[in-house]
Amino acid sequence: MEHRIGVFVCHCGSNIAGVVDVKRVAKQLADYPGVAYSTDYLYMCSDPGQNMVKDAIKEHNLTGVVVSACSPTLHEATFRRAGAAADLNQYRVEMANIREHCSWVHRGDKEKATEKAIKIIKTMIEKVKQNEALEPISVPMTHRALVVGGGIAGIQAALDIANAGHDVVLVEKTPSVGGHMAQLSETFPTLDCSQCILTPKMVEVSQHPRIKLLTYCEIDDVSGYVGNFKVRIKKKAAYVNRDICNGCGLCVEKCPRTVASEFEEGLATRKAIYTPFAQAVPNKPVLDRDNCIYFESGKCGICQKICPVDAVDYEQTDEFLEEEVGAIVVATGFDLYPIVNIGEYGGGSIEDVVTSLQFERLLSASGPTGGEVRRPSDGEIPKEVVFLTCVGSRDPENHVSYCSKVCCMYLTKHAMLYKHNVHDGQAYVFYMDVRTGGKGYEEFYQRATEEDDVLYVRGKVSKVFEEDGKVMVWGVDTLTGRKVEIAADLVVLGLAMVPNSTAVELSKKLKIQVSEWGFYSEAHPKLRPVESLAPGFYLAGAAQGPKDIPDAVAQASASASKVCALFSEKEYHREPIVAWIDEDECSGCKVCISVCPYDAIEFDSQKGISRIQEAICEGCGACIAACPSATIQQRNLTDSQLYKMVSAALED
Amino acid sequence: MKIPYYPGCTLHERALDFDKASRECANVLGVELEELPIWTCCGAVFPLTTDSVMEILAAVRNLAYAARMGDKVVTLCSFCYNVLKRTNKVMREDEERREKVNLFLRADTETRDKTESFLKKDYVGQVDVLHYIEMLRDVVGFDEMAKRVKTRLEGLRVAPYYGCMLLRPHGEMKFDEHPEQPTIFEEFLTALGCDVVDFPMKTECCGGFQIVRDEETAIACSQTVVSSAVKRDADLIITTCPLCLYNLDRKQKEMEKRVNGFRKIPVIYFTQLLGIALGIDDEHLDFSDNYVDPRPALAEKNLV
Amino acid sequence: MRLRLSREVIKDDLVRRVEDLSGQNIAMCYQCGRCSAGCPVVDEMDILPSEVIRLLQLGQIEEVLDSKTIWICASCLQCASRCPRGVEFSSICDALRAIVLRRRIATPSVDAGDVSRVMVTDAPQMGVVGALRKLNG
Ligand code: SF4
Ligand code: SF4
Ligand code: SF4
Ligand code: SF4
Repeated sequence: MEHRIGVFVCHCGSNIAGVVDVKRVAKQLADYPGVAYSTDYLYMCSDPGQNMVKDAIKEHNLTGVVVSACSPTLHEATFRRAGAAADLNQYRVEMANIREHCSWVHRGDKEKATEKAIKIIKTMIEKVKQNEALEPISVPMTHRALVVGGGIAGIQAALDIANAGHDVVLVEKTPSVGGHMAQLSETFPTLDCSQCILTPKMVEVSQHPRIKLLTYCEIDDVSGYVGNFKVRIKKKAAYVNRDICNGCGLCVEKCPRTVASEFEEGLATRKAIYTPFAQAVPNKPVLDRDNCIYFESGKCGICQKICPVDAVDYEQTDEFLEEEVGAIVVATGFDLYPIVNIGEYGGGSIEDVVTSLQFERLLSASGPTGGEVRRPSDGEIPKEVVFLTCVGSRDPENHVSYCSKVCCMYLTKHAMLYKHNVHDGQAYVFYMDVRTGGKGYEEFYQRATEEDDVLYVRGKVSKVFEEDGKVMVWGVDTLTGRKVEIAADLVVLGLAMVPNSTAVELSKKLKIQVSEWGFYSEAHPKLRPVESLAPGFYLAGAAQGPKDIPDAVAQASASASKVCALFSEKEYHREPIVAWIDEDECSGCKVCISVCPYDAIEFDSQKGISRIQEAICEGCGACIAACPSATIQQRNLTDSQLYKMVSAALED
Repeated sequence: MKIPYYPGCTLHERALDFDKASRECANVLGVELEELPIWTCCGAVFPLTTDSVMEILAAVRNLAYAARMGDKVVTLCSFCYNVLKRTNKVMREDEERREKVNLFLRADTETRDKTESFLKKDYVGQVDVLHYIEMLRDVVGFDEMAKRVKTRLEGLRVAPYYGCMLLRPHGEMKFDEHPEQPTIFEEFLTALGCDVVDFPMKTECCGGFQIVRDEETAIACSQTVVSSAVKRDADLIITTCPLCLYNLDRKQKEMEKRVNGFRKIPVIYFTQLLGIALGIDDEHLDFSDNYVDPRPALAEKNLV
Repeated sequence: MRLRLSREVIKDDLVRRVEDLSGQNIAMCYQCGRCSAGCPVVDEMDILPSEVIRLLQLGQIEEVLDSKTIWICASCLQCASRCPRGVEFSSICDALRAIVLRRRIATPSVDAGDVSRVMVTDAPQMGVVGALRKLNG
């Protein structure tokens, strides 16, 4: 076949052209064997740029296109569409990355960068020459979504998907949906009560005909691929048959064992058999085996005796459910950075140094103090309250490096609500920067200083300790250059948000990426912020990075719309860049089967050969490297192509 | 068991009481502290400037002497421990300074002792620097130590003062897992049967060598530490450092003058307390240099 | 008190020398002030530790070399141990003193002759040696 390749060199503004002599590149490649057309342009991805590609394909009857620009993750899809629009098979369009792989890393040396760009493009020309015209692989798809995590993000995603007409399985590991938002008092910047806006959604999620709500359940295993996931869910033994339990609460009332309540952040107790909070959904108890007298010693058994419907069942065991879904939304939320790691602030040993979530409970009308701010040690109303921002965050040396994003705002809210509660009290906020990027946030902060007399002190506190019944705070005011000491009644720590403790383990089961600190990685920080790199997985809420409620909800709705977009087609279309086995050459040794991480290879025992299931193969290439008969090839990345590409790179 | 021991100049002179008690306790616990046959002052403070070579030479010599005797060296004074341990890290990791320092050491070989090679080889950090308390924990074992206790110090409220030099910089000293809330002395005291008094100033500075430049400044620091322990109802404070003891104990004389209603508290070395528990005889327990006599507090609990 | 900033002022050679000698990158300090907040002797200082670093960031090294602060530091390393950015002010302080002492541009804050007889006979040797080494050079 005669090759008629088109080469399109992008300036990317000055991103590429500032370093690479793009004119020379285009000119030189025009003479390269097989190239029929070569040009450069300021922004290839723009409308005129794309039209240039389309026109050239028609005019010069091109058989392949190499767009020399940025990374394929960014614009491969763009140019493939352009090619297809001009009736060129989209798999005959390739990107040569002369930005990330060249201009960005060789700023100092124009000459060498230009030469390198030419080489990169030549390799892609060689590749395109042998690219087959392929068609996407179509696979059947289950139009049903799994949402992991029942906090506000998971709830929102589940409702949006269900309201669009798709079935949803919502899995929550604790006994109730609601997440951390259920613990909050009022929310910034509007001060609407958290429970009032959340509980209706919790109820809706539990009653929605398209949502299957599984609380007290965990993801055990996920297999399959986008459109066709199989999920194994562990239904933890609740020792209460929650199907027949009528939620009367008698067992909870009579249970003699009390332990610290997780929901109340240790500021109050719960029973061994318990619902986490009064508005829990579902409002049915679970029994905490680790703290139950019956499980300790075989005595007690009161809950079983008292239950009017015989729902308490000590013999219950974990059960496993299988669900089939086509897409998965991960919304596992956050934890607070562990207070024990902050030794200089007492590491959790000082009673009147509380975490931000504890303070939410102290402010909450449904909290342990009925919404009156009283300090834990002696129940007194604190008159001097110090709030510390950036506790653990922005501290790459000792803790986590990132900004936790929401603490400035919630501490401002705390200080304000405290003042609304204790009029003659004084609130101090130690800060490094007050970050108020959000609609109405700056105004909220200003209100706290102007109307509620919150005193902001610029400086990071070095030490917090107890003395004479006070909590001493050693800080600084860098604006005046003075060391500052406050004898406080209560100190509130704005601890950094960290990913939920189960996030990393779950990421391994889902085979999706996490970033350095354990937050799930998005496919592209700007352009694909709610998708994971692994197809079929979507991210919502603080599991992806610190977020406040508006952002978490927005991201949840965005993932839901991505799921709906996926479900808008009957079948799922996959990239055909997969491995294939030459049946005549395969010796049936099965080595490939043992190395494939996706279980994509089956053995045809009649013919005695291995066969790759295109619908599953991810094109990772493990089998290709392992096959002793060298009979597995990757479509459009064959040995022969690679050989030509390497030769092109090495020749002068 | 013999372990090479570097006393340092203060324990050789002004803090003989510390040296005496520590050696005797070690004996009782089956460890012989074998003093390096030759040693010099380590320099007392570790130089923080990156080009220091001469300033660490003395410390390296001591480490090199120790290397001729074994693979460890035990020390007691917090400053010595800090200087030796940090210098050791330089010798292990900073190639340039290691080379320069060894040039000096090689010169030692030629000029000092012509018959026998003084140092068999270059010093490259062969020795591990141990604090005596680490020796108690890791070599003797706190459990083993507890078994040898004759008089459990029941009811005695002891505040362990760490100060700066054992703990900082944490990344290098790695003295305790929790630099802000260390626990090694708490474990030690618990093994002796004491009531441990946790006090917020246990890792704050006593004023250190600033006592020489400006007494006021240093005393303000040491008073903060002392008062903090007093407020927590401690019967006494223990320390590992002669300079801390000087600032915390001897300067209480000044604190009394300056602060109305100042309450005194005895400060003793941790090995003196250990000595009491192990029942070592009085000749090894010398409190004559202490400004605040610890004996009344001990007598109250029937410990002397 | 107007400060005229320019590249020349900020990129002061002596400031670079402080960075070399201390092994610290002055630009890493984000001025949280924590070093100052925890310093046990800050009450006696005329310029806070964090302000010393700020002045160095602004190229104002002379002001820093003249300060009392650098002689008051007790080398307790509390500043360094709690700094979120891993900046060791204690080392910067040593470097600043070294510059003064090596150039003899000021009289040492502790003079060997001045250390009173009482001190020499009363204080532990390590205290005297330490003070002379840190403050006399
Ligand atoms: S058996 Fe366990 S859960 Fe039931 S009442 Fe007794 S302690 Fe509570
Ligand atoms: S290329 Fe990878 S995913 Fe595809 S069959 Fe081979 S090993 Fe499995
Ligand atoms: S603690 Fe560190 S970052 Fe903060 S002001 Fe001091 S040197 Fe700068
Ligand atoms: S090392 Fe110096 S500046 Fe730093 S905290 Fe200690 S006394 Fe203050």
